[in-house]
Amino acid sequence: MPKATTAGQLSTPAVSPRLLWTALAVVAFMLLITYLVVFDQGAVSRSGMYLHELMHDGRHLLGVPCH
Amino acid sequence: MPLSDGSKALTFGALLLRGLLAGLIAGLLAGFFAYGFGEPKVDAAIAIEEAAAPAPAPDAPHEEELVSRNGQKGGLFLATGLYGAAMGGLLAVAFTLLRRRLRTPSDTRAALGLAGAALLGLVLVPYVKYPPNPPAVGDPGTINQRTISYLAIVVIGLVAVWAAVVAKRTQPTEWRQAIAAVIGFLVVVVVGYALLPNINEVPATFPPDLLWSFRLTSLGTQAVLWTTLGLAFAALLSLGRRAAAQPEREPATAA
Repeated sequence: MPKATTAGQLSTPAVSPRLLWTALAVVAFMLLITYLVVFDQGAVSRSGMYLHELMHDGRHLLGVPCH
Repeated sequence: MPLSDGSKALTFGALLLRGLLAGLIAGLLAGFFAYGFGEPKVDAAIAIEEAAAPAPAPDAPHEEELVSRNGQKGGLFLATGLYGAAMGGLLAVAFTLLRRRLRTPSDTRAALGLAGAALLGLVLVPYVKYPPNPPAVGDPGTINQRTISYLAIVVIGLVAVWAAVVAKRTQPTEWRQAIAAVIGFLVVVVVGYALLPNINEVPATFPPDLLWSFRLTSLGTQAVLWTTLGLAFAALLSLGRRAAAQPEREPATAA
């Protein structure tokens, strides 16, 4: 049964509502980290401009508008 | 004896861990690329920036006071590492939710396809409309508008990739699928490019060769990140599958 074998080899769990909520929380957290790297001016991280300036070069080289 | 679906599937946590690890590896590798090829251009651009503004306004925050240039070069790895890990996490989520909708039996193809879609939609589409700029290019007064436009083009890039897949699936034969995908992609991109404002704030005095080489290394940094992320995620998935198929593992209980 090649079809059944293919279905049995799926590597991801079935998508349940619980998985969707977990995934949503993970996406929100990943976007927060992305925000801290590429856009934060200290308002979220509460580090003043320190993190912003620390990651200045990365922002330029990752192609994000900087200043 | 056939293995059940549950014994071969990785949990979401296991997939996420692989995505984060692949992202960290990809981010650090992109950091090395950016450090080696990009930092000389950033240094040269900052030298131009400082030569152009010998007397900054007294209320303007001075960059070198907060973090030194060497600190910023170290921070480059923090930035690309964190960014890579975050992108790896997002790739793992996309893989988990979309795997069953991707019409391929191969996990490697699915992982590389998603990473390629991200490279196209998140990097290349925004890059052509709003190419990255080195220090000394760009008016600080328009940063908010430029940031919003940039986010808009990122969304349009992802929508364009999605439109290509949707258009492809409307067609019965392979060559028509390919044409439909290209048309679907282009329609969204062209409309997006036409609607969003053009931004060109490069000073006439900025050296064109420096601008060109900076933009090329920026593209290289992002290409290294997404290529490595796709390959590393596919490799870690394959290793995870092999470990999960080991007979000494207890079969997973039915979910």
